[in-house]
Amino acid sequence: MSRNAPVSAFNRLRRRYGNTMIVALALVIMAILVNLTPLKEQTWLRVLFGISALNFTLRATVPLVLGALSGILCERSGIINIGIEGMMLAGAFAGFVAKTSTNHWPLAASLIFSVAVAMAVGGLMGAVHALFSIRFRMDQIISGTVIIILALGTSSYLYNRDAIAEGKFSSIPIPGLAQIPVIGPVLFDNPPITYLALIMVVVVHVGLFYTRWGLRTRAVGEHPRAADTVGINVNRYRYVNTSLGGMLAGLAGAFLVLEAVGQFQEGMTAGRGFISLAAMIFGNWNPIGALGAATLFGYTQALQNELLLAGVTQVPRQFISMLPYVVTIVAVSGLVGRVRPPAAEGKVYETEGSS
Amino acid sequence: MATATSTTGIRRVLRALLIPLLALLSALLAGAVVMILSGDDPMAAYSGLFQGAFGDGKGWARTIRKTIPFVLTGLSVALAFKVSLFNIGASGQFVMGSVFAVAVGINFEGLPIFIHLPLALIAGIAGGMLWGAIPGILKVYTGAHEVIVTIMLNYVASLFGGWTVYAGGTQGQTPGPLWDRTAGAISETPDVLHSAQIPWLFGPPYRVHYGVFLALAAAILVWWLIFKTPLGFEMRTVGHNMRAARYAGIRVNFTIILTMALAGGLAGLAGGIETLGLNHKFAPEFGGAVGFDGITVALLGQTHPIGVLLAAFMFGALDGGAATMQFQSGVPADIIQIIQALVLAFVAAPLIIRMIFRLRQQTEQDAGSAVSTSWGGT
Repeated sequence: MSRNAPVSAFNRLRRRYGNTMIVALALVIMAILVNLTPLKEQTWLRVLFGISALNFTLRATVPLVLGALSGILCERSGIINIGIEGMMLAGAFAGFVAKTSTNHWPLAASLIFSVAVAMAVGGLMGAVHALFSIRFRMDQIISGTVIIILALGTSSYLYNRDAIAEGKFSSIPIPGLAQIPVIGPVLFDNPPITYLALIMVVVVHVGLFYTRWGLRTRAVGEHPRAADTVGINVNRYRYVNTSLGGMLAGLAGAFLVLEAVGQFQEGMTAGRGFISLAAMIFGNWNPIGALGAATLFGYTQALQNELLLAGVTQVPRQFISMLPYVVTIVAVSGLVGRVRPPAAEGKVYETEGSS
Repeated sequence: MATATSTTGIRRVLRALLIPLLALLSALLAGAVVMILSGDDPMAAYSGLFQGAFGDGKGWARTIRKTIPFVLTGLSVALAFKVSLFNIGASGQFVMGSVFAVAVGINFEGLPIFIHLPLALIAGIAGGMLWGAIPGILKVYTGAHEVIVTIMLNYVASLFGGWTVYAGGTQGQTPGPLWDRTAGAISETPDVLHSAQIPWLFGPPYRVHYGVFLALAAAILVWWLIFKTPLGFEMRTVGHNMRAARYAGIRVNFTIILTMALAGGLAGLAGGIETLGLNHKFAPEFGGAVGFDGITVALLGQTHPIGVLLAAFMFGALDGGAATMQFQSGVPADIIQIIQALVLAFVAAPLIIRMIFRLRQQTEQDAGSAVSTSWGGT
């Protein structure tokens, strides 16, 4: 551990947050260059790095990073959460139902209420997942699958096609900051859940690494026996974290319905929960790393969108649409031995003598 | 282990059936509660469901027709489970099997049926095997978890299938290679040639084809493979304890890749049979859900081929009766999906069932369905 400044600082960053941060940083620099110089006359560069692509990237990133944070909370405490997709969908549907039944309220009140409902239902799904995994010792991957199928079935069964949600969140430019070229319109002129998602990254990061709760959560996920020995209630931490994770996934669902689309569609999460999982792994179970990875995946979705809109390539649209999924596969495959999941993940913890 | 001494064969079978049957019963009851809460009439729904599935000859035919793909996708997931692999990719493998089979089925005019049909079926199996082998290879050589890879491949397969039959048009894109030129703006393939269609066992209006025997044969074959061959022994050993298997000199990597390929092949065969026997063409809306249901079928069947047959039949009945149920009672057919998820929940957590019905603890069985527990790979 030599201490010659910038190089080692750079390496430390890379070690902690993974290469995704470097890629994300390069993307930002490139975007600033393209949007502030005559380079923006080039169609291809504009498609790849234009303001529209960046805006779309952030919109696509929000549900992914929330999903990844949800996964991090669960898995750091030792519960594998493959059901994020289902929790998101349940949150989206609950948010939609809450919005349609409060259409006559003032818009802001109705929206905030709907977000709360979405998070509550997401949290409930998380609690069910924890109950299955801990109390009923169900295989956690199967329990997650149950959550997904249950959410898909229930939301389709209860979905009323005539219901319409009136109004959705609109942008709130942050005074001053929103005037900064490029960065302003991309980062500081967004609807509230987007800001909230970015804030949650910091909150979860600080929570996990600088608080007593975070230390205990990590202890429970790495070495439950040791945690138990010093008096930490292992399963209580797992219940709480999995429910909190569910709430974040529910928030991601609320984002889809109340901020991005404005309506509910059956199966509207379209694999985002699974891509979140990949972002979590790619970000090495670290909130900031997950943000980098989610941005990368969000960017591939934006790219897909921009390429289809601009029509600058002869590649069939179906192949362009494969981009986010293929990039996800490449990402999880390119990590041989370089990520390390929490050690006690997926294992039921039983105190000695309880069975 | 000690409790196993007094069990005769019949008692063992009964005990194996106990949990799945109670799970089904609980799920139907829970489904009724959901229906009552949302203002539907469960009695009308279930009687409609039963009539739709078994009410007359057509009902039975519908049930059997729906059972066939469930058997194969269920076997696909069950086979992977035996090696502690979780194949969520059956729906993608199903689509690839359909695409490959239809590609052979609509070409090669003039071939006799005893060459053309097997060729098309083999193409379907190959398509599924290819799609199943990818996650196996990636797991072995890069540690990528098969759950994420298979799910992503499902989306890729569905887009790929969509491209092959795409009618073109948008932004001047050329039509896909398998698109039916006479179909106008509809994205689908032409009909499979008669020489590649699976003959009817009972023709229209019953529409049950000989594929039902292929599904039965596949179940027997998988049973034989798992329990009667050295390869099956290796598979089960890898599934029980990968490290021990490696020390014992079993080619773990080879076994994993082969199992995923075979699992993919089974799901691909399901796609091939549906395409060549029933739909007689491929369109993007065919398939998909049947692959995901394979997971539930496999678990409900306790990952045993015979159990899978029974579970698939049950799912076939649920699906076969769903339309009649909706027609007769007005309850949305989506309730079936909820019931299926509840079945999965109850059967995967025998403890819930034991708690509800106050059954005696059996540690032997509760250890049942353990899948890979972490993202770490080996």
